[in-house]
Amino acid sequence: MAIQGFILPDIPSIAVQISTSLFLNGVRMSLSISLTINGDARTIVLEDPRVTLLDLLRERLQLTGTKKGCDRGQCGACTVLVDGRRINSCLTLAMTVDGAHVTTIEGLATGDELHPVQAAFLECDGLQCGYCTPGQIMSAVGLIAEGQAVGDPERVRELMSGNICRCGAYKGITEAVLAAMEKDATILKERDAA
Amino acid sequence: MSLDLSSDTSARPTTRYGSNSGQPLTRRDGILKVTGQATYAADNHPAQLAYAVMVGATIARGRVTAMDVEAASRHPGIIEVFTPDNAPAFAHDPDEKMPPFGFRLELLQNHSVRYAGQPIALVVAETLEAATEGAHLLQPVYETDEARTGLENGVQFDPQAVGVGGPPSTSHGNLDTAFAASETIVEAEYSTPAQYHNAMEPHAVVAEWNGNHLTLDMPNQALAMSCASYARYFDIPVENVVIRSPFLGGGFGSKAILNGPQILAIAAARKLKRPVKLALTRAQMYGPVGHRGQTWQTLRMGLSADGRLKAIHHRSISATSSFDDFLEPAANASLPLYAADALLAEHKGLRLDIGTPGPMRAPGEASGSAALEVAIDEAAEACGLDPLEFRLLNYAESEPGSGRPFSSKALRECYERGAEVFGWQQRLRAPRTMRDDNGLLVGWGMGTAVFPCPMFPAQARTTVRADGSVLVETGGVDMGQGAWTALAQIAAEALGLEAHEIEFRSGVSTLPDAGVAGGSGHTASAGLALSNSGLDALAKLAEIATNDPDSPLFGAGNIGVLPRGGRLVRRDDESRGERFADILTRAKQSEVIGEAKSMREPGNAEKFAMYSHGAVFAEVKVDPDLGQIRTTRMVGAFAAGRVINPRLVRSQYYGGMIWGTSFALHEAALIDHRTGRVMNADLAEYHVPVNADVPSLEAILVAEDDPYVNAIGVKGVGEIGITGTVGAIANAVWHATGRRVRNFPIHIEDILGL
Ligand code: FES
Ligand code: FES
Repeated sequence: MAIQGFILPDIPSIAVQISTSLFLNGVRMSLSISLTINGDARTIVLEDPRVTLLDLLRERLQLTGTKKGCDRGQCGACTVLVDGRRINSCLTLAMTVDGAHVTTIEGLATGDELHPVQAAFLECDGLQCGYCTPGQIMSAVGLIAEGQAVGDPERVRELMSGNICRCGAYKGITEAVLAAMEKDATILKERDAA
Repeated sequence: MSLDLSSDTSARPTTRYGSNSGQPLTRRDGILKVTGQATYAADNHPAQLAYAVMVGATIARGRVTAMDVEAASRHPGIIEVFTPDNAPAFAHDPDEKMPPFGFRLELLQNHSVRYAGQPIALVVAETLEAATEGAHLLQPVYETDEARTGLENGVQFDPQAVGVGGPPSTSHGNLDTAFAASETIVEAEYSTPAQYHNAMEPHAVVAEWNGNHLTLDMPNQALAMSCASYARYFDIPVENVVIRSPFLGGGFGSKAILNGPQILAIAAARKLKRPVKLALTRAQMYGPVGHRGQTWQTLRMGLSADGRLKAIHHRSISATSSFDDFLEPAANASLPLYAADALLAEHKGLRLDIGTPGPMRAPGEASGSAALEVAIDEAAEACGLDPLEFRLLNYAESEPGSGRPFSSKALRECYERGAEVFGWQQRLRAPRTMRDDNGLLVGWGMGTAVFPCPMFPAQARTTVRADGSVLVETGGVDMGQGAWTALAQIAAEALGLEAHEIEFRSGVSTLPDAGVAGGSGHTASAGLALSNSGLDALAKLAEIATNDPDSPLFGAGNIGVLPRGGRLVRRDDESRGERFADILTRAKQSEVIGEAKSMREPGNAEKFAMYSHGAVFAEVKVDPDLGQIRTTRMVGAFAAGRVINPRLVRSQYYGGMIWGTSFALHEAALIDHRTGRVMNADLAEYHVPVNADVPSLEAILVAEDDPYVNAIGVKGVGEIGITGTVGAIANAVWHATGRRVRNFPIHIEDILGL
């Protein structure tokens, strides 16, 4: 019996249309987007509309701290902040973030001084192989900024569950997020008092 | 010379002076990892980089009859499409196994397909997007044969070996007599599914050729062995291969053995004369890069009237591929743990149209322990005994079968401390008798953890320089267990320095061979080599100083010297000594180099049985209406020799216990038997625990001083946490519900309709 091989639905054919249109009449067209990445304003010429934000960061801008674990929005390794919100950069086409502010793991520390969430991950051993870690940290930063789950370990575990850690560093991750939250709350309180 | 380099422990500083060993240092590589600066293989971008995308077969058996290479090649940006019709040639036949651990591989040597996901083409392009598109455009056409992917249609056979070269059957005592003398016989069947390592970092390689020199950035658990294998495939001298693997984004056994896709990418780089990067997609990790093979196990136990085990018969049918052998040595899990008059552990193989399984975190031990620990619980129940009481009654004081003493075995303390912290005394024996305030069924279960302590040949080098600085080197592998930290601590200890005072180089194949990071033996093996190389360097320093009339150590050769904070001092009077730097400067030497290998003392290896042990206690809560099962609490107490870094060791235990949770309740690859494909080849449907699945974990470190296991007293901690845990959770589910589930993972449907 000869059967046609399975193919993934839709995605390729759509992409083909877009990419051929890019080469209409033999002329290569390109798109230009402007982004602020970790505080740096950048104009990026995209020669290909299929590029995800994740691959833009990793393969074109050499910002390889953001990791690819699944490329399907299932693991959270690629989490970055876009205009302050946590997103999966593997599910985001680079074209769609024109004008946005993007924060990646490389943009958290100030010089040699770690961001409180980074310091807490180190102290609580919220990592093993380190591969999920940038995504975990970016999720935690987003979570804390949203003011969610303060002091509530169960909520933290739930809200951090979009980030898979195959090494199983969850206990340390939860402790780190809680510790960083507490620190953040203290800082806010001090600020309010002042 | 005063420093004894044999494995006699008396030569070692017993006070661990000036050392960070035993201290919970944070990870040396931690800052790199939390700031995104740690570079994993796919983070590398040499100039002129081309991107490769593998194409995997979508049938499990048959052959590829056509591929639209033309359509793929026409796509903008495509550089080359490799198929069997233009496959690169290899100096080693991929259908021949390469010793010691090499499997038969698919390197486009023909058009046949022997499992779903097998590489059938490799597309190389200027960008990842173009290569991905090209791969889709190939649209392979197949001639399909029936896929044999189940127990029903697989072919059973008697294996030559199980695991890595182990005997397929092991026994002691007379099984028939022991069963005949038994009062009660408990027998049941268990099954464990195919599981995939799913390290968070997909298998990746960046391959760059320079003439016939090859540089590889790849996550690799066995640097030296892999270099030798690549050298043979590409017919180049082994010293021409360099593997850089400073960080692995998880390995779990899947990155120790060569696989087809990576070799194809390397070959493509050679052919195209450009560096090539390949990173598998998540879905592609369910085929050519190994997995934990399925098992179907039977356990039969004979018991005396007072609850003593008389006979254990553990059988496993272990799945492997149609073309190569790696069989889960599951039945061997019964060998070292419980005392019984007679025991037989035996295996059969089952050939399926699947990718060849391989070692995955606690290979054999995990699947075997899952069945054994449930069977033990069933036996305890049959005898009307508390599961802990039953285990203590059948405690092996010496290694079952051989009768050899254990080099150390603090399992009793593990049981005691674990039970105490968990509150085991409060357990009501009958199942389905405990509830929480919300009416959920509560179950408490336990399991015993055990794992052997292998050591692998490893080498290391220590250089003490005239400026007093110290460099230690070994090609170690950090896949999350903390080698960068723990190995540095061990090295520093031998030198009487703090860990931050030494420069530690690791993670590259050009360094001394640190052996395989596997079998929970890396810290012991590479650590001992580092320790010995430090002692060798100190011995050389001592040699110079004690023979130098100008040194305060002159003549101290017989008394002996000790390292203390960058100085060598007299053993009998620590106030008399001098700095390493001064010794070398006066002798006009720029450095001394210590080199060493690690080896377990053969006499000890013969005389003693060596294992790490532990006890795991688990609580589950089950919704009586919905059948939802949650692990709410776990306490594990483990004894694994000397603990170098408690912070990291705890993390290893937590990780292992989470893997145990996953085994018990979550992960399984589901095969569509019509196509032979894994249906859930992604991280959404192949369930691994997320943070919310493990609300409460505790790991207790039980001290063990083991002078025999090796001179640094280190066993291993990477894998033991899975063993024991699976059984503990399954037994807790039984205790909560009264339903004995013997097929893993345990799902809602197994306990619905209570
Ligand atoms: S890589 Fe984006 S969610 Fe996994
Ligand atoms: S630290 Fe390895 S996957 Fe999270």
